[in-house]
Amino acid sequence: MQISPTNIFAPASTPADSVFSLSIFVILTVTGIFIVVCALLTYAAVKFRIRRSDDHSEPAQVYGSNQVELAWTVIPVLIVIALFLASARVIASVQDAPKPSSALEVIVIGHQYWWEYRYPKLNIVTANELHVPVSDPAHPTPTFMTLLSADTDHSFWVPRLAGKTDLIPNHPNSMWIEPHETGLFLGQCAQYCGTQHAKMLLRVYVQPRAEFDRWVQEQQQVSQSSASAGERVFQSTACVNCHTVAGTPAKGLFGPDLTHLMSRDTIASGAALNTHEKLRLWIQKPDALKPGSKMPAMGLSDRDLDAVTAYLETLR
Amino acid sequence: MSTNTIQLTEFPVSRPLTLRLHEWVTTVDHKRLGLLYILFALVFLMAGGIEATVMRLQLIRPHNDLVSPQAFNRMFTMHGTTMIFFVAMPLVFGFANYLVPLMIGARDMAFPRLNAFSFWMTALGGLFLYFSFLGGDGLYGGGGAPDVGWFAYAPLTTRTFSVGHSTDFWTLSLLVSGIGSVGTAINIVTTILCMRCPGMTLGKMPLLVWLNLTMGGLVVLAVSPLTAAQLMLLVDRYLGGHFFDAQAGGSAVIWMHFFWVFGHPEVYVLAIPAFAIASEIIPVFSRKAIFGYPVMVLATVAIGFISMSVWAHHMFTIGMTSGANTFFVLSTMAIAVPTGIKIFNWLATMWGGKIRFAAPMMFCTAFLFQFLVAGLTGVTLAAAPFDWQLGNSYYLVAHFHYVIVGAILFAIFGAFYYWFPKVTGKMYNESIAKMQFWLFFIGFHLTFDFMHIPGLLGMPRRIYTYEPGRGWDIWNVIVTIGVFFQAAGVLVLAANLLLSYFRGKAAGSDPWDAWTLEWSTSSPPPEYNFAVVPTVRSRRPLWDLKHPEDPDWRYE
Repeated sequence: MQISPTNIFAPASTPADSVFSLSIFVILTVTGIFIVVCALLTYAAVKFRIRRSDDHSEPAQVYGSNQVELAWTVIPVLIVIALFLASARVIASVQDAPKPSSALEVIVIGHQYWWEYRYPKLNIVTANELHVPVSDPAHPTPTFMTLLSADTDHSFWVPRLAGKTDLIPNHPNSMWIEPHETGLFLGQCAQYCGTQHAKMLLRVYVQPRAEFDRWVQEQQQVSQSSASAGERVFQSTACVNCHTVAGTPAKGLFGPDLTHLMSRDTIASGAALNTHEKLRLWIQKPDALKPGSKMPAMGLSDRDLDAVTAYLETLR
Repeated sequence: MSTNTIQLTEFPVSRPLTLRLHEWVTTVDHKRLGLLYILFALVFLMAGGIEATVMRLQLIRPHNDLVSPQAFNRMFTMHGTTMIFFVAMPLVFGFANYLVPLMIGARDMAFPRLNAFSFWMTALGGLFLYFSFLGGDGLYGGGGAPDVGWFAYAPLTTRTFSVGHSTDFWTLSLLVSGIGSVGTAINIVTTILCMRCPGMTLGKMPLLVWLNLTMGGLVVLAVSPLTAAQLMLLVDRYLGGHFFDAQAGGSAVIWMHFFWVFGHPEVYVLAIPAFAIASEIIPVFSRKAIFGYPVMVLATVAIGFISMSVWAHHMFTIGMTSGANTFFVLSTMAIAVPTGIKIFNWLATMWGGKIRFAAPMMFCTAFLFQFLVAGLTGVTLAAAPFDWQLGNSYYLVAHFHYVIVGAILFAIFGAFYYWFPKVTGKMYNESIAKMQFWLFFIGFHLTFDFMHIPGLLGMPRRIYTYEPGRGWDIWNVIVTIGVFFQAAGVLVLAANLLLSYFRGKAAGSDPWDAWTLEWSTSSPPPEYNFAVVPTVRSRRPLWDLKHPEDPDWRYE
């Protein structure tokens, strides 16, 4: 049974794998030190306790010993060198890994409090749910991510895939993953970014190649105008200032791209499931799901609210 | 010193309260200032403790809505800022102020007025911080207490993201108290270098004095960049500067460097005085001279120097080059060597002794154990790739609380009991002290042992709530339960100190049969400490007096 979907000791991707092996080495080493020193401390505390029958004389005064000092300097130095070399190797293997031409490129942009994903070569823009292909050892297809921030600092942390890397404004970063298991991998923002830092959740869908290709095709389609009542409300209110629906006049960039909203399992950066009720509530009263988020309450009448919700539900 | 003051000391009961308070407010006496620092810290410990309790109650179950996210974010910002700048630092300075002149046979600090000025600057800083609850809204209607986290990463502190004056109160608070800290640090260093009694060469200073000398030097080097950074932040916010304003081409990363170049030495600013306390208490309660005095001094100074070159291990996840990451792994791990040497020397001091487990020694033994664990989890965090997983998780939070509470606060609790008889002239109640020890020990381990686990399971810090089904729930319940034991422990400590102050048995000048100079004067020490300035020949002048047949100076 899985103890946690975000367990750092259950790696499913290459950088997380190499961190995991290093962590086992480090943990075994420090556990060894702990046992030895703890045993000495316990022995000293028990053995050299003052006895009831004590004669109140002072024990022999020992001021030090250079040999002993040398011993407990050299041994820790050797341990430190071993740990350092092991760490340096993993740093180099993760940070200096070359990018293969088969790699998928994604630009990740952190916003208060959601994630924007852009696939520049595939011409896809989406939000909060990242889709990547699983990597086959014979034909590796790692995903290389460029990390940017639109506002404050954030950090991309999906523990089973890789360690975290920060998204810092005016300071582009990069990281990569090479998942060898399919499935949904969870995580969340790991650098305090403001009021709703807690609900800036991460969802990464690692898919078999064919499934991923199908997802890409769907995302590349541009929706057709339905000229519905909901669409008219959407386009005549402030919705369009922040949201984009490709192929329509809605071209806002502050909020998530809604072109394929219905292809996502969640809304509000993972804070709620993408159901009719939650979606309606999110438009009507965002603070009910995520108090302090940047989505404003739109103050729509019940009729307009239903119409907009219905319109959004057509965005597949 | 006027005859007037002497008269007042002889008839303490008859003085009106206002006069006594006036004496405390205007005092330049190092002992009174030391006590003011400590009492100030205890008041703020209550505030910081309440903030921690609110956080732990909120986190006891997923999707809890006890407090709003805004309130929670203020709680962790205020908790961190309070505990570091207005609890730990004042406690450290308080003990240094009280003990250093007494232990080097001096009658006061080198600059008594600077000493008073520094304390009141710190007090003003504390006031600024807490005034934010009232004044933080400013004219904007946004704000309240600061909510940017205790290390206040840019650009969250720019006026774009932090409206109102909450960040300004945070900045002013650290700016003002920083000036106080540097003042006190210069005072401590000068006092130690210039005011030692005849015969006390550098090599004959008690270890506590050596360690506080290192601490003083570190404060001057570490707090200055922080003060500079606060000024730059003020320039950014009000004079159109762009040091940290990333939207206008400034650098968020520069703030990180400024903050952590203060922040990491700061850990040792707090830890070294805790080492100092252990280095006095462990020998006295083991009835043996400290093992390897010169090595202990060297290791301390080495820690001081190395601690200036490790700051970027707080920044392993910000995308430094592999070369920079590798360097900071090495420098950070290197500090484990002198730290390990200190642990081994304390163990060797206990080895072959006759250990008496009175409350101060119980706290110091727990300090040794917990500092060992904190150091080892520190090594796991120093391995940069492992830190990519552990950094900013609850594992990290557990690690640094192990350092600050498990090591530093435990040592300071030990110091409370060890020097209480000297400060008040009364003995504390030993069985109540032992009860406090066990309450706090159990509470500490419930909270901070189990806090590591959700971190390993992916729980990041600074989240006001979390999703169910992540395997974090049960651990958060246990962590919260521990808080109540710790709070009870602190209340028992306060009760013990108060009760003993009024009802305690007279302690005499040297209740522990100790060896350093503060025990040669009366309890409490008179103003000006020593009627005749003492002359010493070894590191343990009172051992020499008590054992004229076998004095230390023969071996040193």
